[in-house]
Amino acid sequence: MTKTVDARGLSCPQPVIMFLDAVKSAQDTTFEVIVDTEASKENVSRAAESRNCHVKEIREQDAEYHLTIVKNP
Amino acid sequence: MTKNFFATRTGIIAVGAVIGILAPLLQKLGNPGNMGICVACFERDISGALGFHRAAVVQYMRPEIIGFVLGSLGAALAFRDFRPRTGSAPFVRFVLGIFAMIGALVFLGCPWRALLRLAGGDLNAILGLAGLISGIWLGTLFLKNGYNLGRTQKTHFAAGLVMPLVMLGFFILMLIFPQVQGEPKNDILFYSVKGPGAMNAPLLVAIAAGLAIGFLAQRSRFCTMGALRDLLLFRQIHLLSGVIALLVTAGITNAVFGQFTMGFEKQPVAHTLHIWNFAGMLLAGLAFALAGGCPGRQLFLAGEGDGDAAVFVFGMIVGAGFAHNFGLASSPAGVGPHGIAAVVVGLTVCLSIGFFMRKQN
Repeated sequence: MTKTVDARGLSCPQPVIMFLDAVKSAQDTTFEVIVDTEASKENVSRAAESRNCHVKEIREQDAEYHLTIVKNP
Repeated sequence: MTKNFFATRTGIIAVGAVIGILAPLLQKLGNPGNMGICVACFERDISGALGFHRAAVVQYMRPEIIGFVLGSLGAALAFRDFRPRTGSAPFVRFVLGIFAMIGALVFLGCPWRALLRLAGGDLNAILGLAGLISGIWLGTLFLKNGYNLGRTQKTHFAAGLVMPLVMLGFFILMLIFPQVQGEPKNDILFYSVKGPGAMNAPLLVAIAAGLAIGFLAQRSRFCTMGALRDLLLFRQIHLLSGVIALLVTAGITNAVFGQFTMGFEKQPVAHTLHIWNFAGMLLAGLAFALAGGCPGRQLFLAGEGDGDAAVFVFGMIVGAGFAHNFGLASSPAGVGPHGIAAVVVGLTVCLSIGFFMRKQN
């Protein structure tokens, strides 16, 4: 199951808070985080790496970034 | 996908080190003591140059600030990172900017200057930094409890250019109406003939340093508030490593230039009232945390198209007007006649913003 976190239009630290909340509360192991600034992309990626997750893919589309993040087994 | 070197640990440390060298150098070349760069002080000087306040000793159109915004714009355009956006509670951010400036001027410096003051041996800065950390900690409590000013909207490319163009306009005004030796005014722009406002690095050096820092800080997302917030909120030290690099290199550079004098007394543009050094930065730190960036970061965000950050910057410039017109700003003699009242009002307003502007679950 993939949980989507839509953090478009939010500036830091909101996207990171939303992503970490999702990791904490959801049973899911895959997350799609949508952000629209490069800084948010970097911050969410950094937070993921520090929380036992890894960024599997980053897709850029219409000036938005779709990050696919997977929990490490 | 190209890797952004400046977003790496090495990158942020390098940027902190560059600022830590350039700021004492600017002081060596003429900027005020332990004020090679101070975003709050320099915006206050710009406010004075425009006549928004009439404190005669702090009036100068600081090119560093202009360079920060334009350097950031250059980096954002060069790396396709220019994202025009606006609409996340702009007036709330304006008010946060006002009280951020009032708090900073009770302490006498922004977070950058707090670090530079410490790097110059001014021990009063420890109280300021303690206040800053406490204010940011309060801010993180609100963030944990759902504080959020809402989403921005994408806007026109041209809308993102308005703040950089305003800064360019200020620079052009400075070229048309340059400082005349010994004159307090050249047509529309005010200048200081004595005091900190009369101390400045040569214009070309100042604008070049500003552009370089603006460029690097946009790429690296350098932020003093974010450094402490991320440590408190996420136990992350990425941004903090840049801040520590700034502090260490500025200390070394000051020692090399003979600009290091340790103590509490007789420090340049500083007072020794510990409680108010702490409380001023407590207020400023809370306001920065609620607004999502230190005053430097707000300038870099404004340069990459963030209209709300631009509103915060002008909140600070207007806040300087309030601070000096109402006698809220401190001086080496101590706090202003109404400085204490302003800190109390500011804390009340900022705590209310943090409390009432939460997303309801």
